[in-house]
Amino acid sequence: MAKTLPAAVVVETQAAAEPLSPAAFLVAKSAWRWPEILFWLSAFGLILLLPNRHLLLNEIAILGLFALSLDLILGYAGIVSLGHAAFFGVGAYAAGLLAKHGISEPVTGLVLSGAIAGCVGLLTSFMILRGTDLTRLMVTLGVALILHELANRLDWLTGGADGLLGVSVGPILRRFDFDFAGTTAYVYSLTTAFLLFLLARRIVHSPFGLSLKALKDNRLRAATIGIAPNRRIVAIYTLAAVYAGMAGALLTQTTQFVSLEVLDFARSADALLVLVIGGSGYLYGGLIGAIAFKLMKDTLSAMTPAYWIFWMGFILVILVLIGRDRLMAALARPFAPLLRRLGARRS
Amino acid sequence: MILSSGFSRRALIALGSAAALLAPALVQAQAQTVKIGLILPMTGPFASTGRQIEAAAKLYMAQKGATVAGKTIELIVKDDTGTPDVTRRIAQELLVNDKVSFLAGFGLTPLAFAVAPLATQSKTPLIVMAAATSSITEQSPFVVRTSFTLPQVTIGIADWAAKNGVKKAMTLVSDYGPGIDAEKAFKDRLTAAGGEVVGEVRIPLRNPDFSPFLQRVADTKPDALFVFVPSGAGSQFMKQFVERGLDKSGVRLIATGDVTDDDIVDSMGDVALGTITTHHYSAAHPSAENKAFVEAFRKAANTRPNFMAVGGWDGMHLIYEALKKTNGATDGTALVEAMKGMAWTSPRGPISIDAKTRDIVQNVYVRKVEKVDGQLYNVEFSTFEAVPDPVKAAK
Repeated sequence: MAKTLPAAVVVETQAAAEPLSPAAFLVAKSAWRWPEILFWLSAFGLILLLPNRHLLLNEIAILGLFALSLDLILGYAGIVSLGHAAFFGVGAYAAGLLAKHGISEPVTGLVLSGAIAGCVGLLTSFMILRGTDLTRLMVTLGVALILHELANRLDWLTGGADGLLGVSVGPILRRFDFDFAGTTAYVYSLTTAFLLFLLARRIVHSPFGLSLKALKDNRLRAATIGIAPNRRIVAIYTLAAVYAGMAGALLTQTTQFVSLEVLDFARSADALLVLVIGGSGYLYGGLIGAIAFKLMKDTLSAMTPAYWIFWMGFILVILVLIGRDRLMAALARPFAPLLRRLGARRS
Repeated sequence: MILSSGFSRRALIALGSAAALLAPALVQAQAQTVKIGLILPMTGPFASTGRQIEAAAKLYMAQKGATVAGKTIELIVKDDTGTPDVTRRIAQELLVNDKVSFLAGFGLTPLAFAVAPLATQSKTPLIVMAAATSSITEQSPFVVRTSFTLPQVTIGIADWAAKNGVKKAMTLVSDYGPGIDAEKAFKDRLTAAGGEVVGEVRIPLRNPDFSPFLQRVADTKPDALFVFVPSGAGSQFMKQFVERGLDKSGVRLIATGDVTDDDIVDSMGDVALGTITTHHYSAAHPSAENKAFVEAFRKAANTRPNFMAVGGWDGMHLIYEALKKTNGATDGTALVEAMKGMAWTSPRGPISIDAKTRDIVQNVYVRKVEKVDGQLYNVEFSTFEAVPDPVKAAK
């Protein structure tokens, strides 16, 4: 987990240097830094630079968005979830069923699927208000298992274990057809991820976002200074569900197929793993983690189709043992003078 | 000076013409390679399927050589972990980046379903070497199957049961496409022969626990219990069947060959002895082709081949023969046309590809688990000849 200073401490240290009004503090916090701009420029640049890996990039964008949605509740509200795939799956099946039964325009389908996943998120959010981390872990896991079994049983609706057949997705905005090389798919997923990222960035840098961080650090203390926890947790959990649902919808629309695997425990675990790799609580963790995770998986499984999981596990253990921060610091040391000149700040 | 300039000019010309000659040669070299994308679950719960097929495909290439009709065959093996969206992405990448001429493999029904539309769009033959739901070949006109369909191997055991005094039977199947196919085929066939299915149980595909379901069987006390579980889950079933004491309760165990799969039957122990199954392949099939196949497979992979391996072997044979027929041309439509109606003798016996359905027609054998040379084998004792997929034949 990335170390983030409690908001209050940041305010104090900065106030000592130059007194800032709360509004100015928030503005300063949400200013764009150059690595962020570089990150998104290169993400969009890959549309032209890597034309034959668009399918993999599309998967990375979707996993990144999914991990981002988990980051919203894990990194900002401190809710550990082992069942985040529940919302991913609801979104995926919603998009599939919408496309199968008439609404084949992807953007409409995407928004509706997000809304449906959001409703499920809202309903289940009340279950995670009480209890400790362990209880929540079990509740989220349980919800995902129930949905998985429901999707398995309702085979007249979902196709059961064989998957949903006959999903045909129309052109985006009735104009851009999905092509064979996956270019449209990547542009579509990346744009969606970017827009949702902008929204998430705006939200976590708002007073609401700060109050969430206060809740994460100490719920009781936050409550005593007048931050009502329950409403805030319901709100962010619902939002995360919308994001996860949209990620699921993107997967359905770009692969034109849904099966039970979208609700699998492995999918929830993958998202957590991605956040372990990328770090949580600064929004980019999910995206960077997704890139590292998928590239690692792709390279290793191409090298040894049968034994790549061993190497994957090996690398993850090393990563956790050494610690991401130390590893990154070692990698960044040669570039430190350059980074300082460009005015980078550690986030 | 003059000489040297003349020499260098000549050298230049030579170099230029060499380059001119080389360029098309390079292009030709590329056109001389035919790539096969073999997508299999190499990790996860269905990894044994992937390993069997991969070993068989590589063995076929090692034995028959990597050149067909003047083309070099290149096999690209990819692991899809048994997840449909990954299968689809890999298939798409193989088509776009590697320009494969065949897609092959597909360990489970949903994996084949996810890729079928791509085969139609890109007009690429899709060889199903494992997945066994009847309707897969209907998903695209480019799907050809060398494995089997569940109804195809199920009706045999239903006939056998009806003839051998089974009046009341129960079914226990895995809850997914092939399982439901098997359940329906067994029930229809047994009812038509005057029997009765007194109970139907479906168990989840993932992490199956059979004991609560087996209790229901013990309570109902049918003459026979018909079982289908996918390759690999059989040993766990057998263990729990014995733990519940069902082997001594007079309930006869009949199944499709997936349950006593060659891969695992020997490790089940003596509890499996006497189990009656029907299937299209047994490593104990008495033929010269099979003997050679089993021996070579053992040498190459250090294990006994099962019906997955034979599906992979015949899939490669189909690809090789189709390329011979088209003289190395890789046009998908022509290749599928060439495959239609093809017939040959496989290690499992005589087989052919139905020209109308692109599905396999093969012998189905009734077998009994017996000890041969200290190891458990499915020994064939009766044959249903040239069985087509009954679901599509009825249409």
